[in-house]
Amino acid sequence: MTSVDVAGPGGPAPGDAVELRGIAGLYQRALFNLRTGNLGPAPIIIGEVLVVALFGFTATNFFTAVNFTNLINEMVGTAILAYGVVFVLLLGEIDLSIGYLAGIGALIVAELQLPGSGHQLNGILAMVIAIAACAAIGGVQGSIVAFVGVPSFVVTLGGFLIWQGVILNKLEQRGTIIIQDRWINYTDSYAFSHFAGFLIAAIITALYPLSVLYKRVAARGTEIARVNWGAFAVKLVGIAVASFGTVAIANHGRVIATSLGLPLSGVIVIFFAILLTFLAKWTTFGRHVYAVGGNAEAARRAGINVPRIRVLVFMISGATAGLGGIIFASQVNSVALTFPPGNLLLNAIASAVIGGVSLFGGRGEVRGALLGAVLIGTLQNGLNTLNVSNGWIYIITGLVLLGAVTLDTVAVRLQARSGR
Amino acid sequence: MSDSPLLQLRGITKTFGSVEALTDVDFEVRAGEVMALVGDNGAGKSTLIKCVAGIHPPDSGQIFFEGGEVHIHGPKDAARLGIEVVYQDLALCDNLDVVQNMYLGRESNRFQILNEAAMEHTTAATLESLAVTTISSIRQPVATLSGGQRQSVAVAKAVQWNSKLVILDEPTAALGVAQTEQVLALVRRLGEQGLAVVIISHNLHDIFETADRITVLRLGRTVGVFERRATTQQAVVEAITYGAPVKVSGIPAAPEAGGEG
Repeated sequence: MTSVDVAGPGGPAPGDAVELRGIAGLYQRALFNLRTGNLGPAPIIIGEVLVVALFGFTATNFFTAVNFTNLINEMVGTAILAYGVVFVLLLGEIDLSIGYLAGIGALIVAELQLPGSGHQLNGILAMVIAIAACAAIGGVQGSIVAFVGVPSFVVTLGGFLIWQGVILNKLEQRGTIIIQDRWINYTDSYAFSHFAGFLIAAIITALYPLSVLYKRVAARGTEIARVNWGAFAVKLVGIAVASFGTVAIANHGRVIATSLGLPLSGVIVIFFAILLTFLAKWTTFGRHVYAVGGNAEAARRAGINVPRIRVLVFMISGATAGLGGIIFASQVNSVALTFPPGNLLLNAIASAVIGGVSLFGGRGEVRGALLGAVLIGTLQNGLNTLNVSNGWIYIITGLVLLGAVTLDTVAVRLQARSGR
Repeated sequence: MSDSPLLQLRGITKTFGSVEALTDVDFEVRAGEVMALVGDNGAGKSTLIKCVAGIHPPDSGQIFFEGGEVHIHGPKDAARLGIEVVYQDLALCDNLDVVQNMYLGRESNRFQILNEAAMEHTTAATLESLAVTTISSIRQPVATLSGGQRQSVAVAKAVQWNSKLVILDEPTAALGVAQTEQVLALVRRLGEQGLAVVIISHNLHDIFETADRITVLRLGRTVGVFERRATTQQAVVEAITYGAPVKVSGIPAAPEAGGEG
């Protein structure tokens, strides 16, 4: 075919910056990302640094190793729930049931591990069953959304009330169910030895250069294989500092005579961040999730089974809610009527949204939810150590959420303006 | 140009609730020919191509492809036959990049894990073969492309799959004069390459520049099939506006469908 140039005007398309290398390339790319509304994790990391610095100077008990491990244990459950929220939001849907679904997960686990109940199971098996049950519940809710066409807001609002009711019915008489199974309690209390902690930090740090190396080799000669070494160095140093720093501080902690270490919950949260990022970015399923969220009609015409994607996403949301609930229960070694703690549902959604996941679908990443949960966790933990009242904690969290969503909206408008 | 039609529709009827969108419609297109499908708003053009694309399977009637009867129940069936549709709204995902859009719904993968390298190489090759050179990075989101660039991505996406029949729904509706000319040139070239092309347009000027034959729909019925060289815009306009239903049985067009010369 001879030269047929069907491309229109619109000036030089943005993206020339991709060619540049080194520090200049880094700067150019940052400008390009800013112009096209792709802010990435930068604002939230800056926010986190500011928050840590602020509390470091103002709160006396914030900068302690014990508080640091507390912080990890507190934010993990929220982060896991937020991972599920990412997938739901990527579709442009919402899942309001996850808070009480987490309670259901915790309740099932507590019930199944109950000694002398006649149906006592091994803790690990109990957790698998609980997570599977929550995934199934998510699947049912998702099916109503996908096949019947009831808006997800309504379906999951129904779920919100139903699962709250189930927990009330179950626990009103019983009060609290104590969890004694050590495997379940490990999810939020087990700490690795100092050496194992550093080993894990090394593995996590190595994963990033390995994935870049894999792309360089497997995708030779493509644009995705192109690496900006400046950005690579910044990211690698950032990841190394974060993981080794986390382990070093956690290893430093000491409660009475027991030395603390890297909590298992911290490893769980990273493990699922990597697993779900892989699912979202490297698999056909993940690609289809982004496609349905970006343009469901286009996805349907391209032959993607849109209802199937919707159901699977709500199953993921249910499963992560179940897992998060188990971790929360193991934090207090019990399930009580006060479960789920605080504003779990809203904190999880806020984490994902602060992390740059768009409520309109199609835009966002799993790592954003992790960073969002870390920011919210740090903020709430820091305000607690400052003895700030709960009222102010809510107000400040709300303001941060508002600021993040405003930033996101402005970014989207910038992106729309840079196109066409 | 071969004489037997590549795609032939017979007696296609499609109703939505109480609305009869298509009534007993006949249609055909041959390999290597550009067939225009024209008609006023609501004439059933879009519904007809959606029947072929598997989006709305017809209620009754037969579809023949390469001489044999086929049943198209979904977009995947159509794609398997080699039928590709470029929709008016392009059906691109703004949030995905050019490569991801080109492979939408049929990603190259091994055990469900994406093979990005293969997809990027093929996309680059396809765009090069179509001489689409103004897209600086095929890894930029489609949202950042201009209207003409988006159209070229959509056409390239349709051509990439060794398709035999490409259906273009209003490909020039959103474009300026220069881009329109370029797209029409591309459409003619697709025909010259031996593909069967169906082009839907409101713009008779465009049609008369590209099409070999013109099928006119009116109120969900076929009212005429014209040889472009043997007709005038006037005749086609009359068919669009007043045409009476005819049964089409190959060419030449039924002459009663308007006073063409």
